[in-house]
Amino acid sequence: MKPFTYERATSPASAASAAARQRNTKFIAGGTNLLDLMKLEIEQPEHLIDVNGLDLDTIAATEDGGLRIGALVRNTDLAADARVRRDYGLLTRALVAGASGQLRNKATTAGNLLQRTRCPYFYDTNQACNKRLPGSGCAAIGGFSRSHGIVGVSTSCIATHPSDMAVAMRALDATVETVQPDGKTRRIPIADFHTLPGATPHIENVLAPGELITAVTLPKPPGGTHIYHKVRDRASYAFALISVAAVVQKDGSGRVALGGVAHKPWRVEAAEAALPQGAKTVTATLLAGAQPTGENAFKIPLVERTLSAVLAEARG
Amino acid sequence: MDTVNAPKLSRRTFLKLGAATASATAVPPFVARAATPAPPRQPVTATLSMHVNGKPQSLTLDTRTTLLDALREHLHLTGTKKGCDHGQCGACTVIVDGRRINSCLTLAVMHEGAKVTTIEGLGTPQKLHPMQAAFVKHDGYQCGYCTPGQICSAVAVLDEIHDDIPSHVSGSLTTRASVSATEIRERMSGNICRCGAYSNIVEAISEVAGSKA
Repeated sequence: MKPFTYERATSPASAASAAARQRNTKFIAGGTNLLDLMKLEIEQPEHLIDVNGLDLDTIAATEDGGLRIGALVRNTDLAADARVRRDYGLLTRALVAGASGQLRNKATTAGNLLQRTRCPYFYDTNQACNKRLPGSGCAAIGGFSRSHGIVGVSTSCIATHPSDMAVAMRALDATVETVQPDGKTRRIPIADFHTLPGATPHIENVLAPGELITAVTLPKPPGGTHIYHKVRDRASYAFALISVAAVVQKDGSGRVALGGVAHKPWRVEAAEAALPQGAKTVTATLLAGAQPTGENAFKIPLVERTLSAVLAEARG
Repeated sequence: MDTVNAPKLSRRTFLKLGAATASATAVPPFVARAATPAPPRQPVTATLSMHVNGKPQSLTLDTRTTLLDALREHLHLTGTKKGCDHGQCGACTVIVDGRRINSCLTLAVMHEGAKVTTIEGLGTPQKLHPMQAAFVKHDGYQCGYCTPGQICSAVAVLDEIHDDIPSHVSGSLTTRASVSATEIRERMSGNICRCGAYSNIVEAISEVAGSKA
């Protein structure tokens, strides 16, 4: 790990302006992803701003009947919240499907959104990776790519976003609230928050330098049956090969988002109109234009079959 | 990125390059480099105070020091083990402010004022914590390396169930969490035992859970 200076933030706005002022600065909250990457020198911040002391760790009702989740709410606390369990069961199911109990006790809501890919070539500094070192190439393309993306991929990067929580939030139409270095706040729909790799896979979201996430809001509860089905190589404590997050209403309508298939939580609203017609039709639209590698083409039928199981479970 | 590594290969990097020995020194790792090398960064120290196993401790540490290294290398509490050092194995599990965490994935300096409990703080050889006694009784280990982390995790798991924190195997999200072998297995999945003592670990935890209920 490279040496770094360290300070504790006193307010979100001052943290954002301090981060923009000092070069190569990172915020640290749970630290479960950042420290892992710092040990491997994939991340080499010169300055850390510890945001743990900020008053951003509560979950509150919003005026429109939704919830405002503070950026520092730990994954365990979000999953255990009675309102989330009752009204946004999809979110609790996604959270407890991810990581381990120890990690969920530390990991935060904002940090979960910002966690970086688990592509093994990103982690191995002896391998080319456009995400780690722009312009160096992509060793995953033509490499062992069983776990990689199948939609929204580019010739620069086929990495996936590893979060389960973000997939549920995408299906729940969450909004990310931030404060910028100039003190202004903004609200970013989660659909627009994460980016596709294109030619710049090192850019993973639309946050500006120094911009700090302060909360994630959920609109009023969508009702329906909430199901998060994660398919992975181990029964617990493993990243998804694919996952399906679904909210299905009694009339068969609903929403679907996928994890493990793209550089961001994957949702195609146009595909959802076909939900009453079954998984095959939905998957055809959801994964239209998919560009799997030889090793991960299995994800296409896996999505269809998992979605089929989810819809059957929703019918009861 | 404008930071720079010293232009030398670590032993680990060298080994990773493997058979390509002839060209190994000419192949840089694919990490960011600037055109002109910046001067190497100097270590930064910070002071902090924590309560560890009920005792106040003041430390002056390199900011890079993890909580795990602070416990082992500076406070000489070597019961907490370093396995993978990347949050994958759970050997470093300790209880901080009532919650189990991976002490390898957090900086000591982030824990000013925290109350830390390690395996040494749970019980003593003369007066074992019930979970320690149950692991001995049920032979919940072979080599023992993962055991301090397993026991700290297990103690916290029963608290988490008591506090109604749901898990991946919880049937309903609106009924209270309860103890079962399936729940214990799922909740302990962040603690790896390469000797494979899992079935005995589940028996030990189940026994303690039963006597608490």
